[in-house]
Amino acid sequence: MNHDSYNDAYIREILNTVKTVAMVGASPQNVRPSYFVFKYLAERGYDMIPINPGQVGKSLLGKPFVASLQEIGRPVDMIDIFRSAEHVMPIVDIALTLDPLPKVVWMQLGVRHDEAAAKLEAAGIKVVMNRCPKIEYGRLSSEIQWMGVNSRTLSSKRAPIPTQGMRLSLNRSSLGGGSTAAADRVAQQNNKDKNDTA
Amino acid sequence: MNDRIPGFGTLAVHAGAQPDPTTGARATPIYQTTSFVFNDADHAASLFGLQSFGNIYTRITNPTTAVLEERVAALEGGTAALAVASGHAAQLVVFQQLLQPGDEFIASRKLYGGSINQFSHAFKSFGWNVVWADPDDVPSFERAVTDKTKAIFIESIANPAGSITDIEAVAAVARKAGVPLIVDNTLATPYLIKPIDHGADIVVHSLTKFLGGHGNSLGGIIVDAGTFDWSKGNKYPVLSEPRPEYHGIKLQETFGNFAFAIACRVLGLRDLGPALSPFNAFLIQTGIETLPLRMQRHSDNAKAVAEWLSAHPKVAAVNYSGLSDNRYHTLARKYAPKGAGAVFTFSLKGGYDAGVSLVSNLKLFSHLANVGDTRSLVIHPASTTHSQLDDEAKTRSGAGPDVVRLSVGIEDKEDLIADLEQALNA
Repeated sequence: MNHDSYNDAYIREILNTVKTVAMVGASPQNVRPSYFVFKYLAERGYDMIPINPGQVGKSLLGKPFVASLQEIGRPVDMIDIFRSAEHVMPIVDIALTLDPLPKVVWMQLGVRHDEAAAKLEAAGIKVVMNRCPKIEYGRLSSEIQWMGVNSRTLSSKRAPIPTQGMRLSLNRSSLGGGSTAAADRVAQQNNKDKNDTA
Repeated sequence: MNDRIPGFGTLAVHAGAQPDPTTGARATPIYQTTSFVFNDADHAASLFGLQSFGNIYTRITNPTTAVLEERVAALEGGTAALAVASGHAAQLVVFQQLLQPGDEFIASRKLYGGSINQFSHAFKSFGWNVVWADPDDVPSFERAVTDKTKAIFIESIANPAGSITDIEAVAAVARKAGVPLIVDNTLATPYLIKPIDHGADIVVHSLTKFLGGHGNSLGGIIVDAGTFDWSKGNKYPVLSEPRPEYHGIKLQETFGNFAFAIACRVLGLRDLGPALSPFNAFLIQTGIETLPLRMQRHSDNAKAVAEWLSAHPKVAAVNYSGLSDNRYHTLARKYAPKGAGAVFTFSLKGGYDAGVSLVSNLKLFSHLANVGDTRSLVIHPASTTHSQLDDEAKTRSGAGPDVVRLSVGIEDKEDLIADLEQALNA
């Protein structure tokens, strides 16, 4: 599938259906994006599992760190990869040994690995790359609009009041895709340039 | 749930706005408050650290202003926007994120006189050096590029003469130089021209003009196109390097394709302080709801007035790119097919004195220093908006001594023409 841009329906379905999320590369440092994405998703009701071999024995917001995906010991719906692209393939190879398989592998903003994506998709696993689930959740719920961000969604229904632990409705009507036409165009071009050089 | 893309008119009414969560109010309430309570200490800390969505203080975010921001971002096709107190404030905040002392940016010579002043004098005191280029000679932008160049700045429709800039050609120069193209889209509004579709990376507006549209509120806005990679070559450390004031957050890494808008907000607006009043945001977004209707009427009226003037024996020349004999007409048809806007200049055979006399004899046109009001406006730029420029710069920017500028309103065009006729014959 096309990973330069995603339909909102695709992202919405993932965020509406996954419950258990293992975050590979979760950081205990509260200024790292992995920390506050972990925290946000936990506050929105996801069952979060922090994966970081260097932090085993400690916990993140009350959730004990786990050394690797194999050691979680229960099924996960989604793996959120907070590692740079060169670390992706080994993580994906482990993900493909899990039983049951995860339904979704999500790679963070700035992380893209087309070969890994093809491998996952061949096993029936949905893939999202170069996106942030916190930004996407905030966008589809329009919560991110507080920062002046174009949510690319409209709604004539009363907005929810976000409170701790509450799932927000992501079912606003979408304006044709996850990002703007211009931003998509550039993402596509950048990826093409990268592949041409490679 | 569908992926139908709404039209411009639908976005102008709906984008960013949703019935109020607590009261169900359908119009966006005016959140006229300085501050917002925290749930607890942890919530406060995560807001201050940019880790949570939410409001702290109206200098940084406000729910009324946020509706305006999302609406303009949607209309321009950008990823995010930041509203500020004026168009000048928007420019200040944009350049503060891009330039370090000693850096340069290239700007079109044909700009609003206030921008020429801001760039020439105020910015100089920050060590930001403007280098001028000629929008009618695009290679002059390329020749002006040095290793200190950090941005290129143009107006889509230039004030005061209404000339059209070849945005795609200048965008190609910017891309080659590896710098963002900033387009001031004030006179066109996204209804007539969407600069992001033509390669702009950042769009700025004076909201005071056609977007607000009623001459009642000052405001400015910055739209991030989400198209520029700030991490290349370490040219934009504000975006690519850890920010000490936010515990080492890297803005592009954290916010992706709306990082520039976030930088403008959490660094520029927070620290420089030119926040927009929520009341102004309310008035401006109410104005935007009718933008497509007004802008079409403004343009149609302007064309009728320009045609009438160009046939008048006392008129020496009319500079309106909507006229087929204008040198910018081909560019106008390409970039602004719905209409060439409502601001243009003309000169009178009687020169300076005839211009002054015309302005004083008009009864419906208001003599004042603004454009983009529902009301028709007139000014003599050489003695007002462009008076602080030297004679050569006045002529170069299209504000020579014999030039009169009109901003044509949305009244009945027959009444506007009758007013001009009686004033020319007086």
